[in-house]
Amino acid sequence: MSPLSIVEPRLAPIGRSTLAFLAAIGRIAIYAALTISHIFRPPFYGRELAQQILTIGYFSLPVVGLTAVFTGAALALQIYEGGARFNAESVVPSIVAIGMVRELGPVLGGLMVAGRVASSVAAELGTMKVTEQIDALVTLSTNPMKYLTVPRVLAATLAMPILVAVGDSIGIFGGYLVGTSRLGLNSGAYIKNTVDFLEFWDISSGLVKASVFGFIVALMGCYHGMNSGRGAQGVGRATTNAVVSASVMILTVNYLLTELFFSS
Amino acid sequence: MTTPMIEFRNVHKSFGANQVLRGINLTVNKGESMVIIGGSGTGKSVLIKTVLGLLNVDKGEILVDGKDAAKGDRDAFLARFGMLFQGGALFDSMPVWQNVAFRLMRGSLKRPKEEARAIAIEKMRRVGLKERVADLFPAELSGGMQKRVGLARAIAAEPEIIFFDEPTTGLDPIMAGVINELIREIVVEMGATAMTITHDMSSVRAIADQVAMIHEGVIQWTGPINRLDTSGDPYLDQFINARPVGPIEAVR
Repeated sequence: MSPLSIVEPRLAPIGRSTLAFLAAIGRIAIYAALTISHIFRPPFYGRELAQQILTIGYFSLPVVGLTAVFTGAALALQIYEGGARFNAESVVPSIVAIGMVRELGPVLGGLMVAGRVASSVAAELGTMKVTEQIDALVTLSTNPMKYLTVPRVLAATLAMPILVAVGDSIGIFGGYLVGTSRLGLNSGAYIKNTVDFLEFWDISSGLVKASVFGFIVALMGCYHGMNSGRGAQGVGRATTNAVVSASVMILTVNYLLTELFFSS
Repeated sequence: MTTPMIEFRNVHKSFGANQVLRGINLTVNKGESMVIIGGSGTGKSVLIKTVLGLLNVDKGEILVDGKDAAKGDRDAFLARFGMLFQGGALFDSMPVWQNVAFRLMRGSLKRPKEEARAIAIEKMRRVGLKERVADLFPAELSGGMQKRVGLARAIAAEPEIIFFDEPTTGLDPIMAGVINELIREIVVEMGATAMTITHDMSSVRAIADQVAMIHEGVIQWTGPINRLDTSGDPYLDQFINARPVGPIEAVR
């Protein structure tokens, strides 16, 4: 028995998985490029865009708000506890603010929206595909990419920064509540520290991240929904894949953007 | 000789190793109602989808009014078609009238909302639906009503060619009869060219001018409806008489 015949059956599945993974990345990249190109070409569906901003943005406020308030509150407790080891309890307001706007606001907001929006978009479009509604759109002279994908992706890209900005404020407020009521920090000093230490770039970098995460979430929802397999199982798998891929991509892209924005 | 409205020339289509269409040659003349019959999974729906560009053919060509269906202005091309899908394929996020008027509210055929609604209600009346149904959502309708809405949507923009994909599947015999009758009336009234896919023989007899049977990826038999029972083709005879024994294998 040659060494190749022993090694090959073990290596072949790895090779197949790698090729499948790279092919999937290629397909997603093409889908993203097509989506972006359609954003700038008529016809434009303004009503659908407004509807999606409402669905994706406005209706995600409760979940993002709740996530932010508890994150800010927990962050204040952790920083106070850690800071106490170096007599640096006074850094609580500034670290809570910087941590929320730069990192936790966009990332946790993005992940929560991924759970809520990527899943519902994938399930909706997957069901439309299975029930031939997407074919029906084509026969009615309507490009599904323009009518379904573009409004969702554009809405998420535009709404996420606003959603995260609101989430950041609520998160900082959560830290303020815990700081002033539980940790005995002075209310005026807390607000002054927050405002003094927060820079414009801290906020804007977080909002740029949020916008990119919004794009990823909606794109993954649409891509997996449009490519859903047949039947209930196909739609279920599309939904799971949308949430998992959106979440992993958010964390990966977050690291890359942080490198890009803040590495000296 | 007049140009056929739809012409399939040696059309092939495979899905992986599964060769569904293996050289379809078929002609549908203008104003004619062609019904395609054949067993489940023989590629009848695939055939319709290739005309509309929902699926690309692997080999061969499809001509619509003498022009290659795969080339030219796509919007203008699709504006000539109406299609009734097997499950209705109604958009469940919008009320019935907006489903019917979908094409009239966007793109090149766009018109004011009130006018689009008025046309939708007129088309709904044509298929036997009352105005009060207009503001309901598709999920609130029975199967028969959904088919009627699908039919109203298919004819809303007065297409030249209408496709019906299994129009009576899932309906009781009376409702199936009503839908068959409606299809026949509408096709005659509009002077449209129609292609219908069905396994329901009552539909075939009610709707067809011409019949074509697909078997193993090719047109097994084609001819006028009045020759259906005297064709002498063993495959067609087995199919139309629902015989379990014959040249077509019952277990596939």
